[in-house]
Amino acid sequence: MSDASIALNRFGLGARPGEDAGSDPRKWLAGQIAAFEPRPQAIAAQVPSTQIASELADFYERQRLLRLDNPKPRTRAAAPARPAPAQPAMAEGAAMQDMQAMQSAPAMHPGMQPAAKPLYQGEDAAMVARREARRQQQQAYVSMVSARALTAITSPTPFAERLVHFWANHFAVSADKLELVGLSGTMEFEAIRPHVMGKFGDMLNAVERHPAMLLYLDQAVSIGPNSPAAQRQRGKRGGLNENLAREIMELHTLGVRSVYTQADVTEFARAMTGFTVAGIGRARGSGDLGGEPGSFVFADRLHEPGTRTILGKQWSGEGEAQAAAVLDHLATHPATAKHIATKLARHFASDDPPAPLVARLEKAFLSSKGDLPTVYRALIASPECWAPKPAKFKSPWEWSISAMRALGTQQVQPNAVNGLMGQLGQPVWKPGSPAGWDDVAGAWAGPDAVMRRVEAAERMAQRTKNLIDARQRAAELFPEALSASTTQSIARAESPGQGLALMLVSPEFLRR
Amino acid sequence: MTALSRRNFVALGASAMLATSFGARMAFARAATNRRFVFIIQRGAADGLHTVAPVGDPAYAGQRGALAEDFAAAPKLNDMFALHPAMKNILGLYGSKQALFLHAVASPYRDRSHFDGQNVLETGGTSAYQLKDGWLNRLLTLLPADDKAIALAATVPMALRGAVEVASYAPSGLPDASDDLMMRVSQMYQGDTQLHGIWEQATATRMLTSDLASDNGRNAAATGDLAAKMLAAENGSRIAMIETGGWDTHAGQKGRLAGQLNGLDQMVGALQKGLGPLWNDTVVLVATEFGRTVKVNGTQGTDHGTGSVAMLMGGAVNGGRVLADWPGLADAALYENRDLKPTLGLDTVIGSTLSAHFGLMPQTAARKLFPEVPLARPLQDLVRT
Repeated sequence: MSDASIALNRFGLGARPGEDAGSDPRKWLAGQIAAFEPRPQAIAAQVPSTQIASELADFYERQRLLRLDNPKPRTRAAAPARPAPAQPAMAEGAAMQDMQAMQSAPAMHPGMQPAAKPLYQGEDAAMVARREARRQQQQAYVSMVSARALTAITSPTPFAERLVHFWANHFAVSADKLELVGLSGTMEFEAIRPHVMGKFGDMLNAVERHPAMLLYLDQAVSIGPNSPAAQRQRGKRGGLNENLAREIMELHTLGVRSVYTQADVTEFARAMTGFTVAGIGRARGSGDLGGEPGSFVFADRLHEPGTRTILGKQWSGEGEAQAAAVLDHLATHPATAKHIATKLARHFASDDPPAPLVARLEKAFLSSKGDLPTVYRALIASPECWAPKPAKFKSPWEWSISAMRALGTQQVQPNAVNGLMGQLGQPVWKPGSPAGWDDVAGAWAGPDAVMRRVEAAERMAQRTKNLIDARQRAAELFPEALSASTTQSIARAESPGQGLALMLVSPEFLRR
Repeated sequence: MTALSRRNFVALGASAMLATSFGARMAFARAATNRRFVFIIQRGAADGLHTVAPVGDPAYAGQRGALAEDFAAAPKLNDMFALHPAMKNILGLYGSKQALFLHAVASPYRDRSHFDGQNVLETGGTSAYQLKDGWLNRLLTLLPADDKAIALAATVPMALRGAVEVASYAPSGLPDASDDLMMRVSQMYQGDTQLHGIWEQATATRMLTSDLASDNGRNAAATGDLAAKMLAAENGSRIAMIETGGWDTHAGQKGRLAGQLNGLDQMVGALQKGLGPLWNDTVVLVATEFGRTVKVNGTQGTDHGTGSVAMLMGGAVNGGRVLADWPGLADAALYENRDLKPTLGLDTVIGSTLSAHFGLMPQTAARKLFPEVPLARPLQDLVRT
């Protein structure tokens, strides 16, 4: 591969027709740091997390009212025997507030949409409401997937867009539960994009306060066992949940098997209590936290009081400042620098990251206190990233975006990208785990996966109606990088469409 | 290339060639046993205490709180254990002595990261990323060359990665590519070592499954049915691996786990039904990377733990038993004051099962499958031979 081809394909997202990395490909890449647009038009047009959250809040409210109308017989959890209060269900503070809200609210509060009709016999009101909520959230999800794809396909700063995708996968959430379907994309737009060209610590702080992350890893329902909320519910179990605290250390910052212990995780989980989401956080006993639904709130009444010991240091701060100080510490920790450097090296140089490159990136990260553009510049300047042989097997997302760029796509049909990504095995924002998608060939270079790309390529090529000459397009997209075998296969195709399909699944196109 | 020759090429793929040069007779003899093996991996750390519950342990009710309610009327397996009520097919298998549960088991991994834990479970090492291939792939090197394996997933999971070429398959919503394009792609990949091998596998697999795509493996039963078809086909696989996720029940465990276990139960039921008489020669192993905390957390779920349960099912299983050197659930008996203490190595379970099932020397199998684990005495009588 020539340097131009490496800049366009390995660093970028694949060339668009007419796109040129110029006479100095490294300069072309570095220029994208300043030229990056955090809020391009397609993304600015999407609904924000606060609106997604208020739709969810409406749904939960409807569910609650329906439950009050049709109470189900409840079996109480095994709790210590004590005299039954006069009105058991209303005894807790939160329930009392709910009751007041209920009495002052009309049967349908403003902002609540009229109920949809049942689809089939036996579908009760709660099922209709759930189906409607799912449809509403799915609609927002599909729209955001299209906006993400369109931005990547048309972007003049493809290296910067690749970095957005890299960080979104680093801080992965998965849109599997209803409450994550609409919110998952908003995290990338609101917490990742604004900080891609900033400090790692700022991105970390934004992500760990975003409702998608707080809900995905159960932080929003975690309660300090000695917090005011737990005290008020005497006798019930404390509600600590260490899911987010663990993944912050293991996946977001320090890296697994590094410098922390189980005790650090538990202590950090205690420090993190209080981080929750207004309106839809649903921590037991949290009551009304104030704030617009979906916005981050620090709830003192959920917070575990006291000094914490984490990574051998004492953290005496109070309230939100305590966990915030730990997050800041983690953001510039040497283990974090090594973890991030390794992942970037794996993404841009090789499945097996070269040690000298990792060390150089690590140093850039540490000396700049996590200034990401400094790290990116070190990446661009590193010879390991410019090895002439293709270094990486593209993921389904990378392959699809580069294919649409290659075909000069200007618009996407509403459900097209979402459908394609499902068929290729990498549905957007649904890696199914907080570790995100694997970034090695072993994860993607499988028989069935390649077969699906061939099927998809044929369909995409058919839609171009034989208007593109694949011989000329391939030479343009891969400057000085096409093998004789690929050139010959494309030249011998029975139609321009078939030539394009072969180009899209050629070895050069499957790798970068 | 014709359809038939493409398939034959795959059967004689790189590793198979090596084996046939000196192992052809053995291949013939062993192939006559016709044994099938299915590994269902539970990704996300399944709660063994909420699957096969030790209801006879004096500390059980106190430790498990509300989670114990699921077992108030659950079927008893013996004086100590009860089975989750969602597992109706598996209960039937237990009754007909075709299901065996091994409790308080764990791989050698003792930290609590899903991803490292799954790596150890799948590679068969003693620490994460120590081994580069999977134990199921290494098993294939011990078997006759005709015994092929398939992953029911779009890509090949770690346990099946390694020297032996393995196919992967998941039903696709895309229309089939045209034969002409397929042929041209074959030619284009001739000179590319990696893509050439992948493509040969892809075309071979497609031929075996082209009439199965209508099955739509979206739900567990359909996946079990699909796996049964792959295993029953004359030219099909002898070994299959099915990936299941959704076991990471940090919150609201009761409802979520009931759904998961119901899905698993239906998958096993569909495997049994689909394999027909071959079920008698089949062992299905269900295992997870580690268990979950003994105590319930504040969100009616459980956090990452250590010991869990493994299940063996199939007509070849010597079942109707729960095997456990039970460590107890009292606080003082727990591992690191929080988890079920493992008393049996998952590697011992797997090694003992597979050596008996495929007629291998137990020590040879153990060394090949779990080269880093010190040799332990194999468990006897897990499988009917």
